[in-house]
Amino acid sequence: MLMKSEKSTEAAAVTASTPILALDGITKTFPGVKALSEVSLSLFPGQVTALVGENGAGKSTVVKILTGIYQPTEGHIIVDGEATRFSTAQAAADAGITAIHQETVLFDELSVAENIFLGHAPRGRFGLMDWPEMVRKSRAILDEIGAEIDPSHKLRDLGIANKHLVAIARALSIDARVVIMDEPTAALSHKEIQELYELVEQLKTQGKAILFISHKFDEIFRIADNYTVFRDGQFVGEGRIAEVDNDALVKMMVGREVDNIFPTRTASPGETVLEVDGYEHPTEFADISFSLKKGEILGFYGLVGAGRSEFMQSLFGITKPAGGMVKIDGTAVSIHSPADAVGHGIVYVPEDRGKQGAITPMPIFQNITLPSLARTSRKGFIRLAEEFQLARSFTERLDLRAASLDTPVESLSGGNQQKVVIAKWLATQPKVIILDEPTKGIDIGSKAAVHEFMTELAAQGLAVIMVSSEIPEVLGMSDRIIVMREGRIVAEVDGDDMTPETLVRHAAGIATEAMEG
Amino acid sequence: MSTSSHFVPDRLQSPLARRLKSWETLLLIVAVAIFIANSFASPYFLNAWNLSDATFNFTEKAMIAFAMALLIISGEIDLSVASIIALASTAMGAAVQMGADTPTIVAIGLAVGLAAGAFNGFLVTGLGLPSIVVTIGTMSLFRGIAYIVLGDQAYRGYPESFAFFGQGYVWWVISFEFVLFAVLAVIYGIVLHKTNFGRAIFAIGNNPTGALFSGIRVARVKFILFLLTGLMAGVAAVCLTSRLGSTRPSIAFGWELEVVTMVVLGGVNILGGSGTIPGVVIAAFVMGLVTFGLGLLNVPGIVMSIVIGALLISVIALPRLWNMVRRP
Repeated sequence: MLMKSEKSTEAAAVTASTPILALDGITKTFPGVKALSEVSLSLFPGQVTALVGENGAGKSTVVKILTGIYQPTEGHIIVDGEATRFSTAQAAADAGITAIHQETVLFDELSVAENIFLGHAPRGRFGLMDWPEMVRKSRAILDEIGAEIDPSHKLRDLGIANKHLVAIARALSIDARVVIMDEPTAALSHKEIQELYELVEQLKTQGKAILFISHKFDEIFRIADNYTVFRDGQFVGEGRIAEVDNDALVKMMVGREVDNIFPTRTASPGETVLEVDGYEHPTEFADISFSLKKGEILGFYGLVGAGRSEFMQSLFGITKPAGGMVKIDGTAVSIHSPADAVGHGIVYVPEDRGKQGAITPMPIFQNITLPSLARTSRKGFIRLAEEFQLARSFTERLDLRAASLDTPVESLSGGNQQKVVIAKWLATQPKVIILDEPTKGIDIGSKAAVHEFMTELAAQGLAVIMVSSEIPEVLGMSDRIIVMREGRIVAEVDGDDMTPETLVRHAAGIATEAMEG
Repeated sequence: MSTSSHFVPDRLQSPLARRLKSWETLLLIVAVAIFIANSFASPYFLNAWNLSDATFNFTEKAMIAFAMALLIISGEIDLSVASIIALASTAMGAAVQMGADTPTIVAIGLAVGLAAGAFNGFLVTGLGLPSIVVTIGTMSLFRGIAYIVLGDQAYRGYPESFAFFGQGYVWWVISFEFVLFAVLAVIYGIVLHKTNFGRAIFAIGNNPTGALFSGIRVARVKFILFLLTGLMAGVAAVCLTSRLGSTRPSIAFGWELEVVTMVVLGGVNILGGSGTIPGVVIAAFVMGLVTFGLGLLNVPGIVMSIVIGALLISVIALPRLWNMVRRP
């Protein structure tokens, strides 16, 4: 398959002078914010164009304009050389544009086949659904992408990775000419990512234009032919990926040189603040014991599904543990709800920002003060001036970019939403902050800001727990790393033992097998 | 990172500017228009005593609507309120037969309301059942009990002093009920818009999971709201029973829909998350004025409900149509 694709890339390069789809001078303004300012983007048949930029650079807005969800304020969308408008999402779909989103909209209660063909199901006599045809076609597409999924299963029964494959199958079923992949690898394992690469090669051979959005540079260099860089809603540059290197691309993205991604720090842990002993849950995790000191950053590494988030949410009072004890500053505490956890100084920045982290339709300042209302109010009565003051002091520390503190959180980019969630918890003056995949899906610039901020917090004596599946991040930030596998702690490493190999071996269970063997 | 290169203002729009563009302003214009239309349509309309009588059309329902507004903003609903009135009124009537005095009667009415609210609240927050199903069930249950107790009979013989709550006047044409309505409006307005509790209600209505993850005791807040709604149904039961002077099991039949209508007309999002008490207050006046005006014109009751229905749909549809016209 790879050989085939190389041939086609050459073929494509010949006809590459005319893009299938282009954006020309697109500007998009929202009340108070200019999300895009005269940006351009060209997508060529049989080529992968990587769209890179920090959070808030305008990538999501571009995707929404390409898929007909937003209308550009100014500028043109050009399909096959002709200026056009996508007044509805359907119009964009009719033009052969399909998107696989960060959080693709699929329906849990429908079957795999229904999800794939929703909106364009094959029709039989009298315009009724042709169910056997739909299942047959679904099976063909799933086979084509090498997904072993039964089309008649309910989507609910699939794992997250297979759901992604269904989303990809859906994109293929539309017979799209332009496929937009927005962070497609975010939830995939290593093996699945390799399969996705093969799939992308296959789409290229079919002459489809692919817009690939990712924060992972190795992916971009592995798969893209061209790149386009946005910064703060503006077009910065474009070119052949073969003609740039990592540093040059980063420099374009952030507008400055990023020489060291992880801040250097000298850890000086103080007294023990948190002790967990024998925490267990009937199904998710068992026998979790560890301790955490002031000023320490403790990393939790493991594969997706190792029970790390489940344990953290239990520690935060969301799910009830079956047993175990928690001590804060040497005193046993009982935590039955998040309110209890916050009261004892334990706060949790969840992985799912939109659903768990923030109340996105509400204003920024109200999100930040929500757990701290007792401090900004008098006898239960709200004091707006104090709320704004508290919100302001933390948003300034985190360099939040927003039109105003009164705007809803949902209008912010992912990175800025994460800053709101972190600000919300810092305002409670916690003792222990748990960050669950704090930089997932956010760009290098915001990532560095979050990392730097974690360092600052630890230096101020806050105890930090960081759950992360990114090895460089875990190694770069942690003083000590706990590795979990299948709901149990399998290793605790620090100092010179903190190497990528140790983490991977423990997380995958290779180390123990080797010892037993 | 500690110094911001981008200044972020507190607000872009002053709260006053926002208010002028709001739903409440639209409703107020509707209310004034109806008032003017009524005064032209009937020579009896602009009479202090007639207007005072007109307030009884909405005061009792509005008392429940305040608590219902909070409950709906939090993402729940209570359709059993009219049946709680029936149950509370029946309990009060039974107490009268046993010779209870006025304070005891009132206490029983309020206690039954609270107990019914607690029962709803327990089923929803304790067992995690959907409130619309739970309260459709208790709607039949509570009124069913009243029917079993009373059959086709009625309780009468309420003490004379009990009549004050529904028939008494505090000053000139200002009735006790109207004063109670006004006081409750202020209290509920403050609770919803000026307290931490009110903020928690909005947070829960917008995203219950996010609210829980932010350390809000979601179940507790919702339980309190069911208690409050039950209590307000108890208060309304005292006022209505006092005004009518008797209890029949069909008392306040169908009120739950009028209360919900009032809340939605007042701009509260039926899906939760937004709404205001001033909006509900104006909606109460709008509904009261419409029914009173039509009553003066001798329009039959069934036509009134058609008018109220049409009013609700048009007032809800208007802003959406307006948005469609503005953003094609």
